[in-house]
Amino acid sequence: MTATQQAPAPRGTARDEEPAVRVRGLVKRYGGRAVVDGIDLEVRRGEVFALLGPNGAGKTTTVEILEGVRRRDAGEVTVLGEDPATGGRRWRDRIGVVGQTTGAGNALTVRETLDHYTHYHAAPVPTGELLADVGLTEAASRRVDKLSGGQRRRLEVALGVQGRPELLFLDEPTTGMDPVARRQFWTLVEGLRTRGTTVLLTTHYLDEAAHLADRVGVITAGRLVEVGPPADLGGDLRREVTVRWTEGDAPREVVTSAPGALLRDLLAADPFGEVPDLSVTRPGLEDVYLRLVATPERETR
Amino acid sequence: MTATTAPRTTTAPGTTARPALPSAAAIGRSRIGLELRLFARDSGQVVFSFAYPVIMLVIFGSVFGGEEVLPGVDFRQYFLAGIAATGVMLTSFQAVGTAITEERERGDLARLQTLGTPPLAYGIGKAGQVLVTTVAQLAVLLGVAALAYDVPLPTEPGRWLTFAWVVVLGILAGTVMGIAVTSFIGSARAAGTGIPAFAVVLQFLSGVFFIDSDLPAWMDQIAAVFPLKWMVQGMRSVFLPDSAAAMEAAGTWEHGRTALVLVAWVIIGAVVCARTFRWRRGE
Repeated sequence: MTATQQAPAPRGTARDEEPAVRVRGLVKRYGGRAVVDGIDLEVRRGEVFALLGPNGAGKTTTVEILEGVRRRDAGEVTVLGEDPATGGRRWRDRIGVVGQTTGAGNALTVRETLDHYTHYHAAPVPTGELLADVGLTEAASRRVDKLSGGQRRRLEVALGVQGRPELLFLDEPTTGMDPVARRQFWTLVEGLRTRGTTVLLTTHYLDEAAHLADRVGVITAGRLVEVGPPADLGGDLRREVTVRWTEGDAPREVVTSAPGALLRDLLAADPFGEVPDLSVTRPGLEDVYLRLVATPERETR
Repeated sequence: MTATTAPRTTTAPGTTARPALPSAAAIGRSRIGLELRLFARDSGQVVFSFAYPVIMLVIFGSVFGGEEVLPGVDFRQYFLAGIAATGVMLTSFQAVGTAITEERERGDLARLQTLGTPPLAYGIGKAGQVLVTTVAQLAVLLGVAALAYDVPLPTEPGRWLTFAWVVVLGILAGTVMGIAVTSFIGSARAAGTGIPAFAVVLQFLSGVFFIDSDLPAWMDQIAAVFPLKWMVQGMRSVFLPDSAAAMEAAGTWEHGRTALVLVAWVIIGAVVCARTFRWRRGE
């Protein structure tokens, strides 16, 4: 790629320019059906990237391939400079995965669980520091099976970042959380970003992606249909404005990218310059998202 | 050139010159501690592992009382050998096989995979836990046999040496086979019924519940393929007088062949583990 062939920038090195994740033409099939159907993706170092899409869109499969726990059928994948399919222990120590279980049973306390896993890493974060980071200091001596759902997720995040990963994977981190726990969780992720950890998260919550991510990739039916900062998602779709008014007794609605011209005509048509029930609305992020995932065959920008 | 020598300025902590990773042996050591702690906190497993052989001994002792199998050898003494061997199989093969399928189903193993846990470290943890729990279980069993039933325990060091190698080889064979069998069993449910059922059938075939010489020849031949029969035979050589060797099919204790069969199973089991072990199902 051209990025790696450029002359070294004044600050930083070629290694810094290299994205944390680079995916080209990724395909994964189950029983002949492509659940991941040609995804191209780049996650830059230091950014929080959200893969946003409905359930069954291929988010988890994609992430599991990047984590090196699932094989791919086609495509090139580089994660922190290595192919996940052949990544060794040193590579795995540089990535963090937030799992759905601690992997050490539920009979341990929070502190015991964290202490145990310090033995797996090259440079583990001290347990006391980790407990404070995720807000579990008070619950340190509580058994894992006595934790609330939100506390469990925070313990799993603690385990994910214990090895000081350069890249952290969060797969559907807030599914099933209540709104308060979600907000706390978001604060936790923001803290990770501040410390420079690259984060790749999957979510089917639009507000989560919009709140946390520097860039969002919308994935549907195994394809990435849109990539960009949350505010820019669905560029063309967002420029389309819906103008509604009442004409006679019938409600009228026109979708246009030139609302000014339409309004001028409407006003000119009425002798008093009044248009009953006139409203002009731009599509919200949610409207854009719903339209994006509803038309998977739409060409990527 | 500058690209490779210039320091990296990534802000993620710990990215510059990570220290060496802990060895598989070091992770294995901490896994032994973890496994033992989890075992101790699972009261059902503790009770089953420690009480089952003792209950078997109590039942055999009550049913057959002080009847003699051989001159000077009563049923309790005779069956102590079979019960001790069974105990080793239960705490190794059965406990490991059922535990791993459960851990895999819960996603615990998938978690360990993402941490880059060496499979060897995982195996060391299991084997270490099995060793400690088996030794404790045998101590309880032999204690009850000696104190409550006056079963004479051997005094010669040579017999305890035999006891030691039979137990250690039995543990290793049982552990690697317990790990290996999980590659071929789908769900934890299937393992929870299939493994104990197999273990019970093997106990019947291997002469745990009967006087070995009463068994039909075909049963003996099937049993001879598996380690349990040899462990029982090895245990008989520990707990019965040498005169009892005449009752064995071969007329001797066959220590050499016992060691050979057990070592062969350790090797076969280890090879199957190394080739088929998977952290998750279906990948």
